[in-house]
Amino acid sequence: MTDAFLTNLAFYVISFCVIAGGIFVVSSRNLFHSAVFLVFTLFSVAGIFVMLSAYLLAAIQVLVYVGAVAMLMIFGVMLTTQLSNVRIRYMNEQVWPALLICAGFLALLVYGLTDTPFATGNVAAPVEGAKAIGTLLMTKYVLPFEMVSVLLLAALVGAIVIAKKD
Amino acid sequence: MIPLSHYLLLSAIIFGLGVVGVIISRNLIKLLMSVELMLNAANLVFITFARWYGDPGVHIFVFIVFVVAAAEAAVGLSLVIAVFRRKESVDVDILRLLKG
Repeated sequence: MTDAFLTNLAFYVISFCVIAGGIFVVSSRNLFHSAVFLVFTLFSVAGIFVMLSAYLLAAIQVLVYVGAVAMLMIFGVMLTTQLSNVRIRYMNEQVWPALLICAGFLALLVYGLTDTPFATGNVAAPVEGAKAIGTLLMTKYVLPFEMVSVLLLAALVGAIVIAKKD
Repeated sequence: MIPLSHYLLLSAIIFGLGVVGVIISRNLIKLLMSVELMLNAANLVFITFARWYGDPGVHIFVFIVFVVAAAEAAVGLSLVIAVFRRKESVDVDILRLLKG
């Protein structure tokens, strides 16, 4: 009883963190604050992954997103914008029409998600450990794995070529 | 047990925030951040259904989405740096070279 209550409490607190962080990412006027809130949001999403018992993916989320992608974003912020001396506008002129259209889109999405009768009766999923995922990655899904590693190598080389001084 | 629809609603809200960010931001880096939010919402839906239906192949898909997102961030930020080197700005609205 109290265990279920704690689980519920954890889910709603983490969800609140995710949504609040996302709002700050979008609406913050300081680009550096946006990047820091992005780290916070991605970390909270990793918490949701833990609640869905996807422990390996939560760890990868923290390593890859919080550790690599968000740090890359912060480097990008520091390399490109003059944070102190230029007054930059961060939002364009179509804020209110954009918000209206996105609210309509979100309403449609929520309607579709809540109205669809998913088969929610059987929540009997076994916890997938790292071993099962690793085995699948090396047997059944070895072709996508290799292709994505080639993609990563190409992206790495391409990023260096694009960003270097000519 | 938290119902399935709450997870789906959470990811819908994250996706909507990402869409808003892509539309209203004028800064290229902020645009990339919003795309990351949208990718995370998609991953959340994948993992939710993996938990409910017990298919470990979905985890592989999320793993691949992670890798593609990392590649996208790397290439995107190097493009941002290249744009900044030419234009001295990362404002989206000044990039009108392809406009006839």
